[in-house]
Amino acid sequence: MIEANSGRSARRSSRPLAAVLLLTAGALLQGCGLSDAPVLFPKGPIALAERNLLFTAFAIMMIVAIPAIVLTLFFAWRYRKRKNGAVYTPEWDGSWIIEAVVWLVPGAIVVVLGTLVWTRTHEFDPYKPIVSDKPAFRVQAVALDWKWLFVYPELGVASVNELAFPADRPLSIEITSDTVMNSLMIPALGGQIYAMAGMRSELNLMADGPGVFMGRNTMYSGDGFSDQHFKAHALNEDDFTAWKEKVTASPDVLDAKAYLELHKQSVANPVSYYSSTEAKLFEIILRKYAPIMGPYESEAAELICRGAA
Amino acid sequence: MLGRLTIEALPFYSWVAMGGAGVTVLGGVAVFLLITYLRAWKVLWTDWLTSVDHKKIGIMYVVLSLVMLVRGFVDALMMRAQQAVALNNEGYLPPEHFEQIFSSHGTIMIFFVAMPFLTGLINIVVPQQIGARDVAFPFLNSVSLWLTAAGAGLVLVSLVIGKFSQAGWTGYPPYSGIEYSPGVGVDYWLWALIVSGFGSTLAGINFIVTIIKNRCPGMKFMRMPLFTWTALCVSILIAFAFPGLTVVAAQLTLDRTLGFHFFTNGDGGNMMLFANLLWIWGHPEVYILILPAFGIFSEVVATFSRKRLFGYASLVYATACIALLSFTVWLHHFFTMGSSSNVNAVFGIATMIIAVPTGVKIFDWLFTLYRGRIEFHPAMVFTIGFMVTFVIGGVTGVLLALPPADYLMHNSTFLVAHFHNMLIPGALFGYFAGMNYWFPKAFGFKLDVKWGMRSFWFWFIGFYLAFMPLYVLGFMGMSRRMEHYADPTWQPYLIVAALGAICVLCGIVCIAVQLYVSAKNWGSARDITGDPWNGRTLEWATSSPPAPYNFAVLPQVEDIDAFHDMKIRGVAYQVPDRYEDIVMPKSSGLGPILGGLAFVLGFAMVWYIWWLAALCLVLSLVCVGIRAFDDDSDYIFPAAEVERMEKARLEQITPADLHDMRDFLPVGPASGEILPGRV
Repeated sequence: MIEANSGRSARRSSRPLAAVLLLTAGALLQGCGLSDAPVLFPKGPIALAERNLLFTAFAIMMIVAIPAIVLTLFFAWRYRKRKNGAVYTPEWDGSWIIEAVVWLVPGAIVVVLGTLVWTRTHEFDPYKPIVSDKPAFRVQAVALDWKWLFVYPELGVASVNELAFPADRPLSIEITSDTVMNSLMIPALGGQIYAMAGMRSELNLMADGPGVFMGRNTMYSGDGFSDQHFKAHALNEDDFTAWKEKVTASPDVLDAKAYLELHKQSVANPVSYYSSTEAKLFEIILRKYAPIMGPYESEAAELICRGAA
Repeated sequence: MLGRLTIEALPFYSWVAMGGAGVTVLGGVAVFLLITYLRAWKVLWTDWLTSVDHKKIGIMYVVLSLVMLVRGFVDALMMRAQQAVALNNEGYLPPEHFEQIFSSHGTIMIFFVAMPFLTGLINIVVPQQIGARDVAFPFLNSVSLWLTAAGAGLVLVSLVIGKFSQAGWTGYPPYSGIEYSPGVGVDYWLWALIVSGFGSTLAGINFIVTIIKNRCPGMKFMRMPLFTWTALCVSILIAFAFPGLTVVAAQLTLDRTLGFHFFTNGDGGNMMLFANLLWIWGHPEVYILILPAFGIFSEVVATFSRKRLFGYASLVYATACIALLSFTVWLHHFFTMGSSSNVNAVFGIATMIIAVPTGVKIFDWLFTLYRGRIEFHPAMVFTIGFMVTFVIGGVTGVLLALPPADYLMHNSTFLVAHFHNMLIPGALFGYFAGMNYWFPKAFGFKLDVKWGMRSFWFWFIGFYLAFMPLYVLGFMGMSRRMEHYADPTWQPYLIVAALGAICVLCGIVCIAVQLYVSAKNWGSARDITGDPWNGRTLEWATSSPPAPYNFAVLPQVEDIDAFHDMKIRGVAYQVPDRYEDIVMPKSSGLGPILGGLAFVLGFAMVWYIWWLAALCLVLSLVCVGIRAFDDDSDYIFPAAEVERMEKARLEQITPADLHDMRDFLPVGPASGEILPGRV
């Protein structure tokens, strides 16, 4: 990724010095392990846009930050106490011009950044579906102690601690929790959103192409928190079909009883697959925390809602 | 009889728990033996613990803060050590301990280091800066101190009896609810917060009234020193924000103890309510911690640049703006909770607006340096170190205020680096600057400069080593609060961060050595005049340490830099025609007794010892009743005694001790505009 970037930039500038600098920077990033940093080198359009916003805002703020740091050090040195020191004006305590500059320049920057915040926050609303020529691939994620359950309503299957989706389609995740507050994040693809019991949140992401990305719960949730991570696989058509077949061939079925078993606390749960799930499992988990309990639509719903309560 | 308190509460289940308990108990025993050896119990009780003198209360606050700083820092060191080694293994701390450590680190540093430090400095300095003889409610001041100490005591005792919370210093439910955290840990956390929160609220009210009502003649609002201004804004913030914390803690306590459902998963509870209430206190709290430090920087930068403060009015308005805006941004702590774009954007923009007055402050200090004659005293060096480092924290803060960027960085070590970047250079460096600056005022001798500089460099470099790697780790996708991890590329950064923590440890050791060396050589560093730095504000007009009544005669203020102005006009150190009797508040044992009762009440509630809790509550009310009906709470400090003390002080001062003020006398246009009332 970084090599590709530096190569491209070097060609464009066609200056050997720039090429050397960029390659050095590339090597440095590589050496520091930064070439895999998911936030710096995102693998999806949403994460890229979010990162670019970060970089833009950072650059704009340097207009104020660099003078502040440089002037502090310069003034502290220049006006230090010494014999025959620099000009000394002990009674000078104000200047309308300086005051105007120090109020208005940061003010103007905030107006620029504020505009950026308003437009970008609306543009990259995590709930907003991603525009694409193909329909989004829907996944339902449930935070458990301490693992992630992914239900695939299109396929009727489920997986634990592994997420797979077609690389060429946007990924639309509905999120809830059947335990404490969690937060679902796949840093290379984009930002996070909380998972809360009895509530449904949404996250729309997309990958640039096939790849394997780290995903995890970022919200501390207890003893097994450190191991509550998973791999997100963006797969091309063949690989996705193969994955689908592998899951469908699994002997395990996620019925109400199996769900209650899964719901028990476990640390570093191995990846597991379920060839079918209880109907409307996600909705049942959501309604488990509704203030009004019964009547239940099915025996499975009653078991799930009351089993762990 | 003892509720759920059994022998199993003792920490014999693991070496980490036993070690912590052992150190705590041994520390307590050592202090006890030392006081007994010095036969100091009586003096300690009559002169200090029961004192209602704001200066002594302030000193006790700072001592409490420094003791807790050591405890909170040991937590930090243990966390850094754990993360430096825990690649693909459990390290040396099991999750249960790691979680208690990061929870107590945050709780201690915010509530029992930063809060008492700033309250202590405000106590020592503000009444003197406004030319007052004491705070508005001296007894209430003592109660505030002892409630804070009681809260700190609850955190300390949790190390020996039972466990501390494992739910983080923010204690988000439902994890902190009874269903997921059934032990006593969260209860310790809650009662420490409730008890000390009452203390803070009372202190806030006390200082609002003190600053509004007790100013000496001529001390108009726009002549108050900047530190007093920040103290006023902070007191208002405390009075409005802390009740929010107390309410949310009380609600969670009801959930846990009586089976309420404010924040539970089911039965109509809603954890989002907790997040909102917590941060409605929590964001003003950030400014409660930082604004007093801004006040200190303003004082220090003017004094050691030997110049009037640049843009006084601007700084005052900026402070007030920050205080007001601090109530409008709480939602930025949970942009990722799924609010609509409109809500997130509004709070993001509000957050950025705070950067404007904050930036203004930095530039005003910058132009105070400009054309000054800067002396690199440790207080000044901490200030310059702050100005450089705080800018970085401000930039990362604005980055986190962009909701889409926050989605990426929330809950990561980037966030951890950001708020430490605000609170270590922003708050703690300020308190250290204040300590170096006002120490001679409180104790009558100066702190050692050499060790002060060393402590600065270790803290400064240690800060960068410890937290710059955490910024990078945030980009690499590392979440906060991880007990172990599987990504080998993170480890080098965590090792550097651990080295940074060791560097900070050296900084703390330097402060201890500085205190020791200064105390040993106190005779050679005595402050005879009460004005060791050629100060500008009224606290330097009193003797060091000040007489119990501070000012024998209330000063008459004519300018912003009141004492500087007096020195130039030649009216400082004047002997009045006659002295008068001064009414002073009597010491009272009820302050420490109420603190003790609050401690036992909290402890009883944690362990469900209902009869004891009820008893403490009744006894507390009885104590308050006794105080309310006590009409004999003042005594007269006789004029003759005042005269004797003042004469003794003024006789010691020789012309050689006085500062050369010729630099400040108007000599021509170069010295700037001359204010009316000058020679």
